[in-house]
Amino acid sequence: MSEKSYMGSHLREYGMIMALVAIVFFFTVIVRASIDVDFLSAQNITNLFLQNSYVIIMALGMLLVIVAGHIDLSVGSVVGFTGAVAAVLTVNQGWPVLAVIPACLLVGALIGAAQGYWVAYWKIPSFIVTLAGMLVFRGLTLWLLNGQNIGPFPRSFQSLSTGFIPDLFGDADQALLGMDRLNGTALLIVVAVALIVVYLGLRKRTQDALFGITPEPAVVFWIRNAIVCGALVFVGYKLAIFRGLPNVVMVLAVLTVIYAFFTEKTTSGRRIYALGGNEKAAKLSGIKTERLVFFCFVNMGVLAALAGMIVAARLNSSTPKAGAGFELDVIAAVFIGGASMAGGSGKIIGVVVGALIMGVMNNGMSILGIGIDYQQVIKGLVLLAAVIFDVYNKNK
Amino acid sequence: MTTLLEMRGISKLFPGVRALDQVNLSVKAGEIHAICGENGAGKSTLMKVLSGVYPHGSYDGEIVYDGQTLEMKSIADSEAKGIIIIHQELALVPLLSIAENLFLGNEVAKAGVINWPLAFQKTTQLLQKVGLNEAPTTVVGKLGVGKQQLIEIAKALAKDVRLLILDEPTAALQENDSQKLLDLMLELKAQGVTQIIISHKLNEIGRVADRTTIIRDGTTVSTLNRDEITEDRIIRDMVGRDMAHRYPARTPNPGETLLEVTDWNVFHPDQKDRQMIRNAGFTVRKGEIVGIAGLMGAGRTELAMSLFGHSYGRNISGTVRMGGKPVDTSSVTKAVAAGLAYVTEDRKALGLILEEPILRNVSLANLAGIALRGVLNPRREAQVAEDYRRAMNIRTPNVQQKVVNLSGGNQQKVVLSKWLFTDPQVLILDEPTRGIDVGAKFEIYNIMNQLAADGRGILMISSEMPELLGMCDRIYVMNEGRIVGELSRDEASQERIMALILNSAGKAA
Repeated sequence: MSEKSYMGSHLREYGMIMALVAIVFFFTVIVRASIDVDFLSAQNITNLFLQNSYVIIMALGMLLVIVAGHIDLSVGSVVGFTGAVAAVLTVNQGWPVLAVIPACLLVGALIGAAQGYWVAYWKIPSFIVTLAGMLVFRGLTLWLLNGQNIGPFPRSFQSLSTGFIPDLFGDADQALLGMDRLNGTALLIVVAVALIVVYLGLRKRTQDALFGITPEPAVVFWIRNAIVCGALVFVGYKLAIFRGLPNVVMVLAVLTVIYAFFTEKTTSGRRIYALGGNEKAAKLSGIKTERLVFFCFVNMGVLAALAGMIVAARLNSSTPKAGAGFELDVIAAVFIGGASMAGGSGKIIGVVVGALIMGVMNNGMSILGIGIDYQQVIKGLVLLAAVIFDVYNKNK
Repeated sequence: MTTLLEMRGISKLFPGVRALDQVNLSVKAGEIHAICGENGAGKSTLMKVLSGVYPHGSYDGEIVYDGQTLEMKSIADSEAKGIIIIHQELALVPLLSIAENLFLGNEVAKAGVINWPLAFQKTTQLLQKVGLNEAPTTVVGKLGVGKQQLIEIAKALAKDVRLLILDEPTAALQENDSQKLLDLMLELKAQGVTQIIISHKLNEIGRVADRTTIIRDGTTVSTLNRDEITEDRIIRDMVGRDMAHRYPARTPNPGETLLEVTDWNVFHPDQKDRQMIRNAGFTVRKGEIVGIAGLMGAGRTELAMSLFGHSYGRNISGTVRMGGKPVDTSSVTKAVAAGLAYVTEDRKALGLILEEPILRNVSLANLAGIALRGVLNPRREAQVAEDYRRAMNIRTPNVQQKVVNLSGGNQQKVVLSKWLFTDPQVLILDEPTRGIDVGAKFEIYNIMNQLAADGRGILMISSEMPELLGMCDRIYVMNEGRIVGELSRDEASQERIMALILNSAGKAA
C-alpha cells in the first residue's frame, strides 16, 4: 500500500495530529505578528498545561463513559462540589492534606456510584440522571460554601496544581554546562518518554506484520514519530528552562498511560468497547454490562474529584462557580478526539489530542484578547467541524 | 401477455466491485416473477436500480417500463410510475398507528390538514384487502412481523401500485404467516398487480412464481418458465454446480447424555402471570443433533434463552444437568462455565458487534482465553481468529475485516467461532441458517456434523422443517410453551410434526 492511500484510510488519526500542529503554528505566527509575544514561551507552555490539565483528566474518564454509550453532564458540578469539600475539610476543619485527597476521591467515587447505580441497574437514561446530578451538586456546592469563597489553601495542597517536580540534579548543570536554571530531571524524563514512544511504536509494527495487518509505511512512521518526539522534547526543553515539570503534567502523563493501557490491552477495557458496540450481544456473550457501566461512572466521579481538587488548588480557593460549564469542554474534547456518540469507539490518545486542541485554542485566543463571545462561537464551530469531518470520512 | 418491464444490460460498479454485469430482466404484465440467487449475487442491487435508489447515471444500461425509457432520479420518481419496493428491513415507524404508517408521506390531507375520518376509512379498506383484522389506530410496534409485512403491502396498495417488488418478504416470517403472504400475492396477481419477489426459499418460488430469473455473481444465468422450475435446477443455476444432497450425510453415533433439562418453567418478563414455558423437559446426548420444531410463538427461543443464563423471562424454575450433575445456569457466565453455548437467531442484533473486526468478535465470549491476568495478548487473539477463519472457511481477506462487511453466512461462521472458542459441550443453535444462501447453508450443516462427530451435543431450533428432518437424530415438537412430542429420525415427517402441533393446540391446562 502506498504512503498516500495508507494515510487516506487513516485520515482521522493523522488529521488530529496535523490539526494540532497547524493550530499551534497558526497561533505562534499570529501572536508573534499581532502583539509580538512568543506563544511557545516556556511560561506559556507551562500555563497551557496548568490551565487544561483538569479537562484532559476528566476527558479520560468521559471517554469510557461515552464509549459505553452514555454521557455524564454532572462533572462540572462535581468539580465544584469536591473542591468545596476539600476547602471545608482543609481550611475549616484543619484536616491534613494527605487525608483530604483520599477523602475527596472517595466523595467523587460515591457521587459516581450514586449516579451510575440508576443508569446501570435501573436503565434510566444517563442524560437524565446526570442532568439531575448537575443541578443537585451545583446546589450542594452553594450550600456547602454558603455562597462564599473559602480559601486560601495550605501550601502543600496548592502544590497539587502549582507544584513542580524537584530537580534531582540540583544546580549541577549550572556549574557543568554554564547554563542558567536548566531542570535536568525534567529534560531527562521527557527524552526517556520520547524514546519509549518510539520503542513501543517499533514493537507494534513488528507485531502488526506478524498478524498480517498492513503496517504503516516506514516513511510515514518515522515522520510521525519525528513530529511527536520533536514536539515532546521541545516542550520538555521549554519546561526545563522555566520551572521544570509541573506535578500536574506528571499526573496527566501517568494517567494517560494507564488509561491507554486499560482501554487497549485489558479484558475489562475491551468489554467496555463491546458493550458500547452492541450491549445485547455483549450481554449474551457473558459480559456483565451493568457492572461495567457502573464502574465507568464511579471512575468518572473519581477523576472529576481529582480535577476538582486541582482546580481549587490552582485558584487557591473554592468558589460556588468553580467548574461551571466544564462538562461541555470535556465532552467536546472527547468528540473532537474522535469518539462516536453511539458508543463503541474512541481512543485515549485521540481524546488527549482533542483536549489539547481545545486548550491551545482557549489559550491562544485569550492571549490575542479575543472576547469570550467569539471564543465560544469558534469553539462551537471547531467541534461541529471535527464531527462533520468524521461523518464525511465514514460515508466516503 | 405484454412485457411491462425490460431491463437491458444493467451494470453497476461499486468501488472495487462489479456488483452487476450486463444483467437482463424481462417482466410480463400481470405475472409474479421470482429473482433467485445467492447472497451477494446482486439481486438487491438490481432492485435498487429499478426503484431509483441508485439514480439514473450511476449505472449503465437501460430500463424500459410500459413502453417508455425510464431515467429515475429518486424513489419518488419510481413510485410515481407505480413501482414500489418493500425492502427486507421493514420501513414502518413502530410508534405510529397503522393509519399513520399507511399514509406516511402520502397523507390524506388538504392544505396540510389531515382528514382523519377519511384516512381511517381508507385504512379499513386497505386492511381488508390484505386480510388484516386490526383497528386503524393500533400502534404498529405492537404487531408481529407477519402482520407488519402485510401492512407494508397495504402501504404499497395505498399508492396505486402497478409493479410491486418484495425483497425476501418471508425471511423473518413463520410458516403460517408466509403462507398468508403468498396467498395475498396470488390474490393481488388476480387483481392485475405485477410482482417481483426476491427469495431464497425454493418451495415458495415453486408456489407463486410464473417465471424465475436466476442471478449469479452479478449476471443473469437463466430465466425459467413455471414448468421448468425444479429445486435441483434452481440450486444448480444459483451455485453453479450440482448439489446432489442438500444435507450432508452423517452416521450418528450418540453417546451418554450430556444435557438434561427437567420441569423447566418460565414466565413472561413483563406480564408476570403469563407462563411462557410449561414443564419442559428434554435431553441432548453426546454426538447427537437434536431438533426443536414448532411454530412462531411456540416458545422455542424463550426456552433456549431462559436456559442460557436466564437471558429471557422471570420466575424461572427447573433443573439443568450436565453429564448427570445439576448445574447453575442463572447467568451467562455460569451457563458458559457449565459448558453451554447459545447461537442466537438474530445474529446482527444479539450475536455480533458489527462495527468491530472479526478477531474481536471471535474472542468476545472468552477474553480470558486470550489474556493473562486481565492483560490481552494481541498475538494470541489474532492467532485464534486466524485458526477459526481457516477451520470455518470464513471468506475474508483477513481477520481485521469488520463483520458488518461480511455476508450472512460468513457472519454466522464468526458467531459460531465465538462460541466454539468457549469450548462448549452443548451448543444451542437458534435458526442457524436463517437468511443465508444455499451454499453457505451447506457449509453450516457440515460444521454442525463435524461438531457432533467431535462429541459435542447440538440442540437445533429451526422453522424450516425440511432442515430439521434432514439434520436431526431426534426432534422435539413444541407448542404453546410445552414440549408436545418427541420423534426419532425414522418417525419424523412434516405431517407428523404438524399433527402433534395441531392436536396439542388449545389443550394447555
